[in-house]
Amino acid sequence: MLGAVSAEVRQLARFSRGRPGFLCGLGVVALTIFLAVFGPSLAPYGPEEALPGVANLPPSRDHWMGTDISGMDVFSRVMAAPRIDLTIALVSTAAAFAAGVILGVISGFFAGGRGIWGRLSGAIVRGADIFQAFPVFIFALALVGFRGPSIQNVILALAFLNIPFFLRLTRGAVLHMRERPFVEAARCVGGSGLRIAFVHVMPNALTPALANLSPTIGFSILLASALSFVGAGVPIPTPEWGSMIAIGAPNMMTGQWWTALFPGLALGLTILGYALVGDGFRYYLDPVNRR
Amino acid sequence: MGAPLLAVDALVKHFPLGHGRTVKAVNGISFQIERGEALGLVGESGSGKTTVGRCVLRLIDPTSGAIGFRGEDILGMTPEQFRERRRHIQLVFQEPYDSLNPRMRIGRILDEPLMLARRGAPSARLSRVHDLLDMVGLGRTFIDLYPHQLSGGEQQRVGIARAIATDPDLVVLDEPTSALDVSVRAEILDLLVDLQARLGFAYLFISHDLTAVRRVCQRVIVMYLGRIVETARTAEIFERPLHPYSRALLSSVLYPDPMKEQARFLLTGEIPSPIDLPPGCPLYARCPWARPTCDLSVPPLEALLPDRHVACFRAREENGIGAC
Amino acid sequence: MSAAGSGGSADPLLEVRGLEVEYARNSGPVRVLDGVSLTIAPGESLGVVGESGVGKTVLVRAILGLLDPPWRVVSGTVSYREQNLLALPEAALRQLRGKEIALTTHEPRKHLNPVATVGEQMARVVQAHRPTSRADARARAVELLRLVGIPDPELRLQAYPHELSGGMCQRVVIAMALAHSPKLLMGDEPTAGLDVTISLQILDLMRDLVRDFHSSLLLVSRDLGVVAHYCQRVAVMYAGQLVEVADVPSFFAGAIHPYSRRLLRAAVAATSDRRGTLSQVGARAERGAACCPYAPRCPLRLERCTRESPPLESVAAARWVRCFRHAEITAGLEAP
Repeated sequence: MLGAVSAEVRQLARFSRGRPGFLCGLGVVALTIFLAVFGPSLAPYGPEEALPGVANLPPSRDHWMGTDISGMDVFSRVMAAPRIDLTIALVSTAAAFAAGVILGVISGFFAGGRGIWGRLSGAIVRGADIFQAFPVFIFALALVGFRGPSIQNVILALAFLNIPFFLRLTRGAVLHMRERPFVEAARCVGGSGLRIAFVHVMPNALTPALANLSPTIGFSILLASALSFVGAGVPIPTPEWGSMIAIGAPNMMTGQWWTALFPGLALGLTILGYALVGDGFRYYLDPVNRR
Repeated sequence: MGAPLLAVDALVKHFPLGHGRTVKAVNGISFQIERGEALGLVGESGSGKTTVGRCVLRLIDPTSGAIGFRGEDILGMTPEQFRERRRHIQLVFQEPYDSLNPRMRIGRILDEPLMLARRGAPSARLSRVHDLLDMVGLGRTFIDLYPHQLSGGEQQRVGIARAIATDPDLVVLDEPTSALDVSVRAEILDLLVDLQARLGFAYLFISHDLTAVRRVCQRVIVMYLGRIVETARTAEIFERPLHPYSRALLSSVLYPDPMKEQARFLLTGEIPSPIDLPPGCPLYARCPWARPTCDLSVPPLEALLPDRHVACFRAREENGIGAC
Repeated sequence: MSAAGSGGSADPLLEVRGLEVEYARNSGPVRVLDGVSLTIAPGESLGVVGESGVGKTVLVRAILGLLDPPWRVVSGTVSYREQNLLALPEAALRQLRGKEIALTTHEPRKHLNPVATVGEQMARVVQAHRPTSRADARARAVELLRLVGIPDPELRLQAYPHELSGGMCQRVVIAMALAHSPKLLMGDEPTAGLDVTISLQILDLMRDLVRDFHSSLLLVSRDLGVVAHYCQRVAVMYAGQLVEVADVPSFFAGAIHPYSRRLLRAAVAATSDRRGTLSQVGARAERGAACCPYAPRCPLRLERCTRESPPLESVAAARWVRCFRHAEITAGLEAP
């Protein structure tokens, strides 16, 4: 087991050589994961600890990034936020990926077929069309209206949003793959439709979806932040970059720039990092390139 | 002798293109293959030979006609019923690399037909996979490799091993050597002959290369634009091709010997499109023997000599054969 | 050193010397061409033969300066009319391409613009090197299409590449290549993927046109049969090097290099019905190492062959072989 892991690490190291963008992105991803796990414990102050009498202080030695309007330390909150943001992004993206890929494989492999599977395929695509036409904000706001603001609702909203994306990516790859001779060969040796779709075609059609996993995670963080910004996201004292920006935005006009700027920078760098990783990952995952 | 292993009767396949147009790929093909026989199906692009192969395997459903395999009508079966029969007809593909799943190891690729045919426990199947690799001249170390780590010739050997894994009665070979380098071609053809001698299955060898067919098959059928134009024993067609298209095919073979200049029998022009088939003989526009009457109706396949069928109005005269 | 691989004594039209090309990979650069030298005389047809992956296409692209990273020319010269093509700037090369040296490739349909008609593409080619009016370019295009045997050329001008058959696309590509009567036509497997009866027409066409224009022909092929009937000289490539260069009659009467002999035997076996006994697939070639690249598979291998790389030596008039044991093979003492 350990041997396999160290071999992977060495592969990764060799792959990263000469790819500075990928390396930087990998660093960002690693940092966010680290903060997600250890952030709240390492933070100098409690992330939801409202200290009396220290509201709206600019950056100083006591508070490296200053304090916000409620007296909470900005730096601690910036460090604690990845746990929330990453959880939301990872869970929603994973759910969207799983559902999107499966639906994509079914709708791609059986597309144009005459039987029940063919019709199911068409229905799935129409469903995805309808979903994508729906503005995510309206959907999220409706959900919040029904069920109140919470992390679970944000995850749900983002998962649904991203399903059509992974669905289309996979469906396109499947439509392409199913014309390849090895798929015909699988039929020849006696495979049934479902078996061929999931055992043969799916592993070869995952690449576009996998390559977009990382950028989608980054984008989901942005979306979660946007939802929090409009009040349809996480409840208020929870440390989350978007909600921190929302709290701090009015203050920018009165000169307290630190409350919104630091979380904003953190958000931007994170999304960039995840996007850079995603591009390199596509090449890394192809067995042909793993020499 | 009994019933032939494969009996194809009046096979027709038209692919609809929309707007009422169709690609008339196969236009009435009939032939038979006996157990253990090797039949070559020769033609160029547009001849329909690949489509015939796919129909025999029911990878494509024909427009009309009948296909009997081991005495059963396979076109009348449901897909599930036919899937049980699939293990008895297998296919070797033209593209060695593309016919293998790039993310599967060779061992798994070869195990799959055995597993689907329920050939025993994994250990028994593994031993069979070892045997298959031996039979096609590859070592057991190939089990853990991925397709891209093999050369073209090795990949094709894996394709052949996969095809014979379930002891089929008939192996359809779709241009098995066309994508391979010349130095590997002869090896693969010899392997095919060897395997047939040892294991006794029949071949339907589809190819545009008459010399490859000669090496493996005892009988050959020449196709042009979806019809059979000549059938013969392989040795005889090389000695004396009767149909003008067979003649042209043979004379286009470039032997690696500058001294071996062949008498050129040239066809002019391009192969017509299978969408707009001419009303008469399909070769009419290109044939040096053509007369206006050739364009009026499709020449029937007649026995000009014992065991020799030719579809040409002028063949008898041009070849100097008396009336039967 | 005297021009290796040269045929005639007259001034060669094109001379390649010591061409080395690398391909950069994650795990380090790979030597694709390992010191290739050959010459082509005016009006001559030379066949370059080798199996897939041996570097034939890279050679042809290198001559025209069409290699982009990750390929890289490491060293060598390509002399055409006193100029080293490898040292020329892109602008000067563009003057040469299509005008003096032309290239046709295999899979012609892939090398034609799918969203432009044949007429538009041919007009562009005609106008590329000579200011021509639209009407004149069109007339010239019709003339060229007729020259390559396309029926109803005026109608074909409106066609898109996907509407033409493979054979017709290849004729169009040849027409474009010959538009400016180049001195050298390079054909990279021009009949790959084409039907047998059409291939013959294409090869005859190329041979006749080259003869009528007094041009030279460099034919790259995997098929020894093509070379036997359409070339005057043949150069055999293996693992990025030339291993034998000879005129066609001598070569086919008796090749010398063990690899050439194996290739020839295999080609004969593939087209005959006699069963042969060929050895199994052997080890892969060693590239760029200090040994004979064919040594791992060579039945005549000596200890010396694994330590030294044999040079391309002149063994007879206009005949070169890269093998330490060529003298013994020629004398018939060894039959690999």
